[in-house]
Amino acid sequence: MAGILVFIEQRDGEVRRASLQALSEARRLSDETCAVIAGQGIADAAAKLGAYGASKVYVADDANLALYSSEGYTEVVAKAAEAAAPSAIFFSATALGKDLAPRLAARLGVGALADVTGLAIEGDALVATRPVYSGKAFVSVDTGGKRPQVVSLRPNVFSDEEVGGSAEIVSLDGLSLSIRAVVKEIVATGGGELDVAEANVIVSGGRGIKGPENFKLIRELAEQLGAAVGASRAVVDAGWIDHSHQVGQTGKVVSPSLYVAAGISGAIQHLAGMSSSKIIVAINKDPDAPIFKVCDYGVVGDLFDVIPPMVEEIKKLTA
Amino acid sequence: MNCIVCVTSVPDTASVIKIGEDGKHIDETGIKWIVSPYDEYALEEALQITEAKGGEVTAVTYGPQRAEAALRDCLARGAHKAVHVIGGETTLGDSFTIAKVLAAALKDREYDMVLCGFKGAGTDCGQVAQMLAELLDLPHVTNVTKLETGESSAVAYREIEGGQEVVEVPLPFVLTAQKGLNEPRYAALKGIMAAKRKPVEKIQVADLGIEEGTDPFTVIQSLELPPAKQAGKIIQGEDDPKAAAAELVKLLREEAKAF
Repeated sequence: MAGILVFIEQRDGEVRRASLQALSEARRLSDETCAVIAGQGIADAAAKLGAYGASKVYVADDANLALYSSEGYTEVVAKAAEAAAPSAIFFSATALGKDLAPRLAARLGVGALADVTGLAIEGDALVATRPVYSGKAFVSVDTGGKRPQVVSLRPNVFSDEEVGGSAEIVSLDGLSLSIRAVVKEIVATGGGELDVAEANVIVSGGRGIKGPENFKLIRELAEQLGAAVGASRAVVDAGWIDHSHQVGQTGKVVSPSLYVAAGISGAIQHLAGMSSSKIIVAINKDPDAPIFKVCDYGVVGDLFDVIPPMVEEIKKLTA
Repeated sequence: MNCIVCVTSVPDTASVIKIGEDGKHIDETGIKWIVSPYDEYALEEALQITEAKGGEVTAVTYGPQRAEAALRDCLARGAHKAVHVIGGETTLGDSFTIAKVLAAALKDREYDMVLCGFKGAGTDCGQVAQMLAELLDLPHVTNVTKLETGESSAVAYREIEGGQEVVEVPLPFVLTAQKGLNEPRYAALKGIMAAKRKPVEKIQVADLGIEEGTDPFTVIQSLELPPAKQAGKIIQGEDDPKAAAAELVKLLREEAKAF
């Protein structure tokens, strides 16, 4: 299909992996892939994108764009879209992408398809598959012939693929940046812990861990697997862990390649939030827990007896 | 300080979803409709702001007749007024149409802040507020977990991966509320009784100059349930948890190649 423009997100000059996944998917779907990147001091990041299939990279390097701004970044992508005249614009459905894509779409007078997990070409248009009701159902949706098609792609669903190549760098000038909502600073939370929204492996704890102090058991297993720590709503509402860890219909909806649910019975809202994970592991004392109906591998047993030897086994194998 | 809160009705999050006869929408039989949980945080924040600073909270919804229940719920919790734009049967998930309808409904009103939930629990798009902000030419901040409201500006803490952005924004602006912003109150009996006497302004969507369904921005081709999952391998670990743990790790490593 005709050209796809991909918005590339960077933090401190480092390109986010989720953006490379979106770029690689664009390259798989189209022969004509461009990228757009905004920030300050991002020449190195921009130069890398050719290797992932971008033939042209539009760069907005400006002190006013050093930190994210919905209005500033909307202007940047709109300018790039004007230059590239793409038939589709891709974002990664990260916190930034989910904030930016709809505003950009409204600027261009089109709709947007959020958090898609599948893309296909029908005729000369994209049809997206996206989970609704937090994954209890999937909808196939298109943009009714409107262009460009603005799409955000769920992180970790599409693969990133280095193909070699280099891109032409085009500097975006003449931006009219009027930024009213200004990001003053970014405060790190959770001591730099991996966030469930972007993790490829997640280990979650539920009521079965019995108390907040026992999250250390979950953390130990997570550490061995390079995983983020997730949680059920019950333990978040009990104040055992911050809500940013919550997985489920009123928390984060995730699709990691491995999801381990320990001491989580599997309320329908939790299952909705993680059921599209590739491999699901359940550890629970109750053989009738609903989580066992959706898991690929389950251990019926006390997590306090099962997790420590798991940690030891994994240590042995990965040493 | 006057606040507009945009709310949407969604199926109770405990609902079992079935596909309707048209293969494009859910079967609404037996569905209990609730105010989308994230909208409750938006409403609560607006109530707290007006309680501290004076002013009124107006709840606005765009939806079919049944959506009035959501507005009554908001009124019962303390909203002063409500606006019901009647329509929206055929535009499930068409965020830009919803944003256009809301923008038209808000155009001539006075407000200092527009608050929305960060997504409708169900459609899970999380797009309407940003589109609305663009249409109203207002700044926006999404995913807000903490808000400090001043006289002419606010500081909003926006949740991002691994941290928070601290955003300074002039009033009026559009925000979306994330879990953590506050603890939503329940409607007390007194509030429920009082809500019955509070006015609900009704507007037909056609009166806003918008023709529904003729020019959609997103078109649903089909709605399907996820494929049924094959039964997983269950290891009995009560008697020998150590052996079960070893077997699980072996399966994950060798069969699933999960790590």
